Amino acid sequence: MGIELRKVSKQVGAETYIYETNLSLEKGGFNVLLGTALSGKTTLMRLMAGLEPPTTGELWFDGENVTGVPVQKRSVAMVYQQFINYPNFSVFDNIASPLRVARIPAGELRQRVERIAELLRLTPMLQRFPNELSGGQQQRTALARALVKNAPLVLLDEPLANLDYKLREELRDELPKLFKGTGATVVYATSEPLEALMLAGNTATLHEGRVTQYGPTAKIYRTPNTLLSAQVFSDPPINTANVNKKGDTFHLTDAVSWRVPNGFAGLGDGSYTMGIRPHHLTLGTAPKNAVKVCATVLVAEISGSESVVHVNVEGNNWVSESHGVHPYKVGDSVELFISVERCLYFGSDGQLLTG
Amino acid sequence: MKTYKWLVPTLYILFLMLPIYWLLNMSFKTTNEILGVFSLWPQDITLDNYAKIFTDPTWYNGYLNSIAYVVINTVISVSVALPAAYAFSRYRFLGDKHLFFWLLTNRMAPPAVFALPFFQLYSAIGLFDTHIAVALAHCLFNIPLAVWILEGFMSGVPKELDETAYLDGYSFWRFFFKIFMPTIAAGIGVAAFFCFMYSWVELLLAKTLTSVAAKPIAATMTRTASTAGYELGLLAAAGTLTIFPGAFVIYFVRNYIAKGFALGRV
Repeated sequence: MGIELRKVSKQVGAETYIYETNLSLEKGGFNVLLGTALSGKTTLMRLMAGLEPPTTGELWFDGENVTGVPVQKRSVAMVYQQFINYPNFSVFDNIASPLRVARIPAGELRQRVERIAELLRLTPMLQRFPNELSGGQQQRTALARALVKNAPLVLLDEPLANLDYKLREELRDELPKLFKGTGATVVYATSEPLEALMLAGNTATLHEGRVTQYGPTAKIYRTPNTLLSAQVFSDPPINTANVNKKGDTFHLTDAVSWRVPNGFAGLGDGSYTMGIRPHHLTLGTAPKNAVKVCATVLVAEISGSESVVHVNVEGNNWVSESHGVHPYKVGDSVELFISVERCLYFGSDGQLLTG
Repeated sequence: MKTYKWLVPTLYILFLMLPIYWLLNMSFKTTNEILGVFSLWPQDITLDNYAKIFTDPTWYNGYLNSIAYVVINTVISVSVALPAAYAFSRYRFLGDKHLFFWLLTNRMAPPAVFALPFFQLYSAIGLFDTHIAVALAHCLFNIPLAVWILEGFMSGVPKELDETAYLDGYSFWRFFFKIFMPTIAAGIGVAAFFCFMYSWVELLLAKTLTSVAAKPIAATMTRTASTAGYELGLLAAAGTLTIFPGAFVIYFVRNYIAKGFALGRV
């Protein structure tokens, strides 16, 4: 069963943090909550943990109504973005603390703490205090404390956001492995679409207090149900444009048009919204079935082997992402290629159109 | 070019230490020497002044009384301020900011305002001339101060620490005593220090609310000066000894105080 939110909403004062939400996360799965800052990820997690009561609705866990059960009685572990450890306890005592409270016998306690410490490579640091550790080690300690008690629900609220790049990559690789086979339902909040893709599992996209879509991560990325979900799940931001369908061609402008891709033939004539992911708008050589557009460069950023170029195409401000180094200056005219068959098309109500 | 970086601090320390040196200097002289000759150091070193203070009960009881009410006051102030500061730091309630500021206004009134009503009220319930009377009177000023200092330290601890402890299964009180208080130990030290210092130097209320049994050292000193003529050497020795408790406490909390300043609350 895992964790289930039934018609849960959260209001604080006059502000709505979470609109009525129904969400059921599968047991033992790795779930990602993806959304920008203020989209309600943290609130949703705090509701799941029972740190805050929902304004309306119920929270069910493993077929049991746990709405209003005090956190001490729930078996939940949580790791925050800030590194939260008990500063007056050594690393060993930090990891051991949930076991001590649960009155686990000393022998078993030692064994469990040491096993987890080994797993998270904290063994040499066991006698140190949290403020003597690096950021990465501090967060490992927090993770170890969350892991050691074998909680059936583990909430990770942007646990890697405060770590530097290298450590983030390292821990991101380890995380799903650590929880694999523990049977714990893991919920992981992040604001980075790339991170969601790398962690795989299931993803729920959040936008301004609403869960816009939930399902397997890769599927949501490939077929977002609405333009909103696509916008949440795109980095750099997805480009949008109005296109007109006339007969069997889509028109971006009078001069730029292409044949309606397979599957959309049944669509009526009219105006639609097109979503172009930045890597489907490329510089350089033309990909297969691409449409050429002319653009003016607004900003060009080169990150190693990738070029991110902000351009103006027929009045639309778009972002293009291409392989290779393309050093353009502001105001340069460039030719870009839209891989129209890979683009997403949305109806006027924002719903994804499928062939 | 020669630099004179040392000049300003040297002058500063010189002027700062001069009166204290002079007090120390006087405490080892006889009253005759103090009044008779001007000498930079004692011509005829005597320990009589100190001997008198340590043997005469009217003198050493002054210290014991002062220390007694100061310690009682510090314990009461800090233990009352801890839960209050926690509430101000962790909860939002109607009028919380106003109440918090109102606490500080208690410190704005001079003690003289309260001296007379306190004297009558404490007498009425038989608390006059007791240590607890002075300790309670000083709470009026010390609790607000302690709440302010502790609130600053507590707000420096993320509330996620509290939540993590609850998620780990800690009850509120177990968390508060085993995790939270050790975490803000520096703040407790600083708050206790300020309560101690304030109560130690406050004279008006302490003098008004006591006569014999709980008479503070500062009161003993003023009375000696007026009645027994000029016993300046003795007075200087008593004055020197009053510096020690404060210096002793400062030694233990010096690192914490720096941290308190860094948090902008002291």
